Amino acid sequence: MTHLIEVEGVSKAFGGVIANNAITMSVEKGSITGLIGPNGSGKTTLFNSIVGFHPIDDGSIRFRGQEISRLRVPQIARLGLLRTFQQTRIFKKLNCVDNMYAALSHREGHFAGMFAKKSGEAEERAEHLLDFVGLYQKRKLRAGDLSFGQQKLLEFAMAVMNEPEVLLLDEPTAGINPTLINGLIDRLRLANEQFGLTLFVIEHNMRVIMNLAQHIYCLAHGELLADGSPRELQEDQRVIDAYLGAH
Amino acid sequence: MLKDKIERPGYLLIAVLGLIAPMVFPAYVQQIAMLWIMIVFALTWDAMGGQMGYNSLGNIFFFGAGMYMAAVAQIWPWYDVGEYTDPAGALKTSFTIGQYFTGLALGIVMAAVGSVILAVLFGLIVFGLRGPYFAIGTLGIAIAAGELIGAWDWVGGGGGIRLPVFPSGTDADPLFRVPFGAITSADLQGIFFYWACFLLAAATFFFFRWLYTTRFGLMLNAIRDDETKSEALGIRTTLYKTIAWSMSAFFLGISGALFGNIIGFIEPLEVAFPTVTFGIFMVLMALLGGKGTLWGPVIGATLFHVIKEVTWTHLLGWQWVVLGLLIVLTVVFFQQGIVGWIQERRPEWFGIGVDRGTAGQQADAAGKIAR
Repeated sequence: MTHLIEVEGVSKAFGGVIANNAITMSVEKGSITGLIGPNGSGKTTLFNSIVGFHPIDDGSIRFRGQEISRLRVPQIARLGLLRTFQQTRIFKKLNCVDNMYAALSHREGHFAGMFAKKSGEAEERAEHLLDFVGLYQKRKLRAGDLSFGQQKLLEFAMAVMNEPEVLLLDEPTAGINPTLINGLIDRLRLANEQFGLTLFVIEHNMRVIMNLAQHIYCLAHGELLADGSPRELQEDQRVIDAYLGAH
Repeated sequence: MLKDKIERPGYLLIAVLGLIAPMVFPAYVQQIAMLWIMIVFALTWDAMGGQMGYNSLGNIFFFGAGMYMAAVAQIWPWYDVGEYTDPAGALKTSFTIGQYFTGLALGIVMAAVGSVILAVLFGLIVFGLRGPYFAIGTLGIAIAAGELIGAWDWVGGGGGIRLPVFPSGTDADPLFRVPFGAITSADLQGIFFYWACFLLAAATFFFFRWLYTTRFGLMLNAIRDDETKSEALGIRTTLYKTIAWSMSAFFLGISGALFGNIIGFIEPLEVAFPTVTFGIFMVLMALLGGKGTLWGPVIGATLFHVIKEVTWTHLLGWQWVVLGLLIVLTVVFFQQGIVGWIQERRPEWFGIGVDRGTAGQQADAAGKIAR
């Protein structure tokens, strides 16, 4: 197994609040890794640090062995490390197909590509992926007119369209109805198996994450509390205490 | 589709009307030329404000910068600019036909290229700003430019520059005589610049029409809808923003060069950098017609220009009241603009809608998952 993402001793404080304190973890290539922890435990901060949303105070973050903690968001995204947002971000006034086009990879930076017309090949892939998440019929609707759950699915499809190596998903099932959740889990797993996409998932829904992930990290109060297989974590007294509030 | 049926005849009709207008309405040549410039204003503003979501209040800067760069380029090859603009006015000047048109061509090129360079330079500063801060930052550039030019004696300072006069020999020149018959050189100047403005508006329109069909146009929309998301997808947002601004600056610079020559006399505050008139008009026209659409700015500019000319002529004294009212009504009650309003009422005309698809397509789509 190779470490695709290596986080080593990463700390991040906002004023006096220490959001992340010396966190060390790694994500294996081709795996589905989970990140759990009570609200305010620093999960999203860690995601933001990894994708370069804000500079880190201390430590090192490597992607495929390359130090990325000083790079900026678009640069890291072009390396193949992509994230989705907790609040779901899509291009509201564009229709679904155009959203997918906009998500196409920007890795090759040639000038002519900027002024290229939409290609038939990309359109086919976009429609295929929209079908994959069940949005084929709504592909000509404005993304902002979709329901919240559908917007989440669209955001996921856009991420896959970009063909990243790793996808960081911030609460992919939050606000989605239970039926749709099952569909989304299936699709996440399929994307992992079919496209070889490595997933790193923040999730509050224990049923989802325990079913999905092979390895889970648990944060509490900005520190790494425990890690292990889903079964190990479920039986870990510290994790249970952190969630139930024992002192 | 309806669109295909009306598109070609529509363009043809506008082209014919645009070309023959100075012969049919000789008394309104300058007003109609101004309409084409207004359309350039609205289209270039909308590329930034409507398509990219960056509401610039300082786009007028490129209009003025282009005007001044053109003026200097028209004078500089033949006379010392400092002496030429000297308010004492001791210098006697006259331009031959050759000198005039060489200078004009040079001036237009300078205005276009210089404005692009300025857009890149100022882009480095203002694209760190977002939302209202960007609007105020760009406004600051335009106002500062007006004040700085006003203090710069070499280009005439607050006294401005009178531009080379359209050569009087042209009415005798066989090259110009043939198409127009007996005509004064002043009329000739009007018609010449009218066509230049018409050509500029057409070039601007077709350029942006093409641009919005490319990936570049899509990236502008993506930046408008969610810049954070665009960055998270790896889009080079700063590069796109800078290029888009340069495109606006290119056409605005040329419009400034032409406008300066139509007026014949330029000065910094009222003519070159009029932030409270043209600077605001370009925003209002795009909003009125429907921002973020191709035709919105064109329709908005036309309607606005007609309203403006009518009130200036028949309601003099009330023209600013009418204008203020128009701004308030548009901003408060009609934010989506004319084209935006139609789009809301008839989304299917714009290809927005649920696609039920045919059974064959559905089966085909289902087959794709299985594969």
